[in-house]
Amino acid sequence: MSFHPPLATSRSMTGIPTGRLAVWWIIASEIVIFGGLIASYLLFRLHYSEWAEYASHTNTVAGAVNTFVLLTSSLFIVLAHQAAIEKNKEKAFRFIWFTIGGGGVFLLVKAYEYTTEIAHGYTLFANNFWGFYYLATGLHGLHVIAGMIIMGIISFDVKKGVKLERVEYIGVYWHFVDIVWLFLFPLFYIAK
Amino acid sequence: MVNNISDTDSLSHKDHHTEASFWSKYIFSTDHKIIGMQYIITGIVMAVIGGYMAYVFRMQLAFPGKAVPGYGLVSPLDYNMLITNHGTIMIFWVAMPILIAGLGNYLIPLMIGCDDMVFPRINRLSYQIFFISTLVILISFFVPGGGFGGAWTAYPPLSSEAIYNHTPWGAPLWVIAVALEFVAFLMGGINFITTTMNARCKGMKMYDIPIVVWMIVIASIIFMASVGPLIAGAVMLLFDQTLGTSFYNPMNGGDPVLWQHLFWFFGHPEVYVVLLPAMGIVAEVITVFSRKKLFGYKTILYTTFATGILSFFVWAHHQFIAGIDPRMANIFTITTVMISIPVGEMLFCYIATLYGGSIEFKTAMLFAIAFLAEFLIGGVTGIYLGASGTDIYFHDTYFVLAHFHYTFFPIAVIGFFTAIYYWFPKMFGRKLNETLGKIHFWGTIIPFNGIFIPLFILGMGGQHRRIYNYNHFPDLSTPSQQDLRVFATTSMVIMLVFQIPFFINFISSLFKGEKAGNNPWKANTLEWTVPSPPPHGNFAEMPEVYRPPYEYSVPDMDNDYCPQNCSGKKI
Repeated sequence: MSFHPPLATSRSMTGIPTGRLAVWWIIASEIVIFGGLIASYLLFRLHYSEWAEYASHTNTVAGAVNTFVLLTSSLFIVLAHQAAIEKNKEKAFRFIWFTIGGGGVFLLVKAYEYTTEIAHGYTLFANNFWGFYYLATGLHGLHVIAGMIIMGIISFDVKKGVKLERVEYIGVYWHFVDIVWLFLFPLFYIAK
Repeated sequence: MVNNISDTDSLSHKDHHTEASFWSKYIFSTDHKIIGMQYIITGIVMAVIGGYMAYVFRMQLAFPGKAVPGYGLVSPLDYNMLITNHGTIMIFWVAMPILIAGLGNYLIPLMIGCDDMVFPRINRLSYQIFFISTLVILISFFVPGGGFGGAWTAYPPLSSEAIYNHTPWGAPLWVIAVALEFVAFLMGGINFITTTMNARCKGMKMYDIPIVVWMIVIASIIFMASVGPLIAGAVMLLFDQTLGTSFYNPMNGGDPVLWQHLFWFFGHPEVYVVLLPAMGIVAEVITVFSRKKLFGYKTILYTTFATGILSFFVWAHHQFIAGIDPRMANIFTITTVMISIPVGEMLFCYIATLYGGSIEFKTAMLFAIAFLAEFLIGGVTGIYLGASGTDIYFHDTYFVLAHFHYTFFPIAVIGFFTAIYYWFPKMFGRKLNETLGKIHFWGTIIPFNGIFIPLFILGMGGQHRRIYNYNHFPDLSTPSQQDLRVFATTSMVIMLVFQIPFFINFISSLFKGEKAGNNPWKANTLEWTVPSPPPHGNFAEMPEVYRPPYEYSVPDMDNDYCPQNCSGKKI
């Protein structure tokens, strides 16, 4: 059965497009997921002074590089959004793929970090600091991968010029992923 | 991109759907009414399973060591499995899907004058994920070691170490099932919130939205804002169970109390997540059958907001004896007692609505009034548990259990029956039989009190929860205590027997009930302006709202009711 969008999808009582509204609510629900995780980590961190010692083994340089990569990819998605507003399909498509590339570089650096850390014996089971480290950065990494997949899917629609508003929605999400990293970076890489 | 489809455009699609096959019409439908029905039916099936579990362990408590008819001998591990999954199923697979997901799906688009949810396919996905979670929890009963037996609150280390809970497979499956269920309800919740915000019909302002829609939306927001930390916590628990990390293991620097915080930060708002929709249902029913304007629409709304906000600051009252700081216990005592103010105010509004009304004692109304009475007992006994001084004595006794059931039974069972007796005519086009309904009502309410009043007494006598056989404790197995247990179990069996009239009524009324017509209760909200059952797309012509939802018995009018979409004199 082919799918016909109901009338509901075309209404906008608040004046805000429903898609944008939904993205913000999704982000609200994500904030509490990461919020709970980060709050738990902070309580442990404040309680056990030796966690500062464990934290000194994370790779600050790699973290800083990743921060730079992720922020740059956020710039690309903003440019893609700008292009989408101008109805410049090709340019929007190109910048979406630059953003995906940024996510890819981020994951590569992350993979390098994980392998060196595991090689040094800092695994998920080493202690709870590393438990939280892998849990928080892993959950964040999953969000990066999800964002890349969604961008890949929508990029081809964008190229055809349909549903250009989706560039904005994925952009909002991508900024959120970015901001989560801006919390994780100081908490796991800088504070020692 | 907004408003690019005009109202008339999309209505012309209707013919396409009428030729759909059985599968696309009832199983993989994106129609909110079908999805709502799927949730409700799954919830009813799970309620039967959860009720059967309660029957088995109540029999074991009343007649310890004897074979239970229909089950056989109950081993201690069976007992743990039964109580754990009874709690889990009744909250996550009965109360949540029926009250929020089921009724929310069914009612929201109808009540706000719209043809469907704003994300119909996400809605369908939400039910499909929920269905998978149902399968996972059911499969978990049959894996080696049996279903999870670490209590529905899943406190580590009992829940995280297989050497303690003896359910190496059941425990992770339980966590996975609950997590999947959360994902399903998050999707549903986003749909409810955005639909109500954006897809209301022309003319429906904030204060024209029926209370039950408001309450379901606010409940969805509370759910969304509270469940996150538990999702993170559930991942940690799953890692502890399966990979051997030690987030909750104090021997390796973890902290079991962390789980309690994460669980109750969700768990307490969760009470309000299921309470609010039930309160909303009761508000609708009470107003209609009192033939009177709802007393204090805005007051109810503001108290709902207050309840929602306060519900995030009460969670540690579950942990007064978990070794938390006594100063913190004081703070949580204060917030817990404070939250009874808005909820109490809501109940006062309902009673004020009844006052001076022309009350019709239809079955739905009886259930609604019973909700108020029984929930009040649950609320008042909660004050003993919210105050840290008394809670230290009552903690983990049957007093807690009885209090909890006096809140959840009215919410999940009485609230559901209120809704089903009231909206059944709309869902299926025929009325339920009133005589059978009244037999069912009295046969449910009287035995319900017969079950849990003895448990209050036992709890005050010091009977601890989650014990398989009280004969092992001489001071808890005196003849008078055992008599109370037998009384409670007998009441429970009577109550279960009195559910048979309901099922007979349900099935016979589906085919032979009195035809309901569009508006059997002479109600004002928009769902009663369409045929019963509503066709695909709900409204032949999209309605426009001119007045608030509760204008009953207004002077100078021909009828004592006036649907929201009837134009004419503004009041």
